[in-house]
Amino acid sequence: MREPASDTGLTIAVSKGRILEQTLPLLADAGIELVADPQSSRKLVLDTSVSDVKLVLIRAADVPTYVEYGAADLGVAGKDVLLEHGGDGLYEPLDLEIARCRLMVAGCPDQPEPRGRLRVASKFVNIAHRHFAAQGRQAEIIKLYGSMELAPLVGLCHYIVDLVDTGNTLTANGLAPLDPIADISARLVVNKAAMKMKHRRVKMLLSALSDAVERRRSAE
Amino acid sequence: MTIEDRWLLPDGIEEVLPPTAEALEQVRRQLLELYGCWGYELVVPPFIEFLDSLLIGSGHDDLDLQTFKLTDQLSGRLMGIRADMTPQVARIDAHQLRRDGPVRLCYAGTVLRTRNDGFAGSRSPMQVGVELYGHRGFESDLEVLSLMLETLGQVGLGRIHLDLGHVAIFRYLAAFAGLNREREMTLFEALQRKAVPEISQFLAEWGLDAAHRTMLGELVHLNGRAEEVLSHADAILAPVGEQVQNALAWLRHLVAGLSGRYPQVELHVDLAELRGYHYHTGVVYAAYVPTHGQAVAQGGRYDDIGQTFGRARPATGFSADLKVLQALAGIGLQAPAASGIFAPRSDDPALTALIRALRERQERVICELPGQTATPAQLGCNRHLVRDGESWRVDTYPSGQTTDEA
Repeated sequence: MREPASDTGLTIAVSKGRILEQTLPLLADAGIELVADPQSSRKLVLDTSVSDVKLVLIRAADVPTYVEYGAADLGVAGKDVLLEHGGDGLYEPLDLEIARCRLMVAGCPDQPEPRGRLRVASKFVNIAHRHFAAQGRQAEIIKLYGSMELAPLVGLCHYIVDLVDTGNTLTANGLAPLDPIADISARLVVNKAAMKMKHRRVKMLLSALSDAVERRRSAE
Repeated sequence: MTIEDRWLLPDGIEEVLPPTAEALEQVRRQLLELYGCWGYELVVPPFIEFLDSLLIGSGHDDLDLQTFKLTDQLSGRLMGIRADMTPQVARIDAHQLRRDGPVRLCYAGTVLRTRNDGFAGSRSPMQVGVELYGHRGFESDLEVLSLMLETLGQVGLGRIHLDLGHVAIFRYLAAFAGLNREREMTLFEALQRKAVPEISQFLAEWGLDAAHRTMLGELVHLNGRAEEVLSHADAILAPVGEQVQNALAWLRHLVAGLSGRYPQVELHVDLAELRGYHYHTGVVYAAYVPTHGQAVAQGGRYDDIGQTFGRARPATGFSADLKVLQALAGIGLQAPAASGIFAPRSDDPALTALIRALRERQERVICELPGQTATPAQLGCNRHLVRDGESWRVDTYPSGQTTDEA
């Protein structure tokens, strides 16, 4: 059986790396600080300065699953992950305005539109499907897990759908961004039952984080 | 499929084993008895029927997707295996019973779904629920809501949190702000996720006037303790007109009625909760319990759905998954204490008569089969039948023996 999220405390699911790094200052501003340094420890459940608030460290793509089924009350997930996850099983009430990038269609520049069926490589299979279907273009989506930029070079696909931050990797491999799909940033997501049953606490955290985002924006 | 995995069941299809199955059946009986005491008559709708009858209501995309389909070899028409029993019960009320006045119906049965959306993904929940037809007023909602809370109480679930909403408020508000169908659905979809950033962006892009924008933008924040939210909503939504005020008054009646009857239940209102928006027409509600990340019972008002079957009728009802209720309440998770009588192999008519008499008194009697190696203890027996002169009597095993043998 699963270990359910606690009755009264809050569990926040965050993915390691950039999202964790940029979430911690916001949480600190909202009065929640990690007790131990996550880099020096291999623990996956981290205590915070607030006794019944815990952070759990999981893979980015797993955050929606954890939160939707209540294994965590809240989570921080990129909009890309949420779009790919799909559905309306979660609340996503706050844009944390961190881990910003863009989701793009990229390919070799100056190439004519390929004839016949498009082949598109991406790890965002659902997003890619929806994007091309919305444009009325039939595309075969190839699921890849990394090194996306290689795929068009070796003739595996015509286009890729991927996150683009600076665009340097694309340029270095002779590719160019062609068509923007969405602006991405990390969102605070909330389990639907937790939003109701732990209403006061979740709302307080939401408003504290919202203020923290506001302060951060005005400081920039 | 190799021989080795012939035992494998499809994803999300489960079987229930002893002692859970026994407990599940007991819960089912208890609940149906409870509904009987409230005047709800049992109906047993068919497991399969024509698809058209199963997919009623205006926007049934979701139900359509959830329904397994096959072709009827006799009529050539598409049949569906029920994914929800509510439309079937509505059909029974509207077309088969054709009674005037209130009709109270209850049901319990397995439904089948194509996708496992719930936690740990069951595709074969055991749906149990009640529907009340023929009354358009908060009083019938109050009755059904009360029965939903009684249901949770009956299976032993405590610390219940009840979330009330009203889908018509958003509908009136969208019409008041002059949103077309497409924008209404866009906003609806974002409201379902309480996606505040997107909602603000849409409202800004659509060039609505400031008053409409404020009201639509506030909807997503109108959730929390019932009294607070309702008085807040009164202040914000008053300009929309009488319809919204009536809807809020309807909710206020329910809150007043429920807090009097069930003071221990935590009552919240969420006006952006639009579950079943295509289907429901009035109040919607869902019950939650701690440590379960999803609703355990839900329902709402769905007036006039019977129109499809020839008779528009006010309707309200709730349903729950019996398996979820049982698992959460922890009923039947532990094997019951051994209580049974072991009867030795014998053709003595006196023994046969005694066994029959014992069974009539609801005793569990297990007869020995020739050559059996399992001990009486392994069969869950704590007593046995011993010859006593001409007759037979029940005797307990000498203490310690049953456990020794097990």
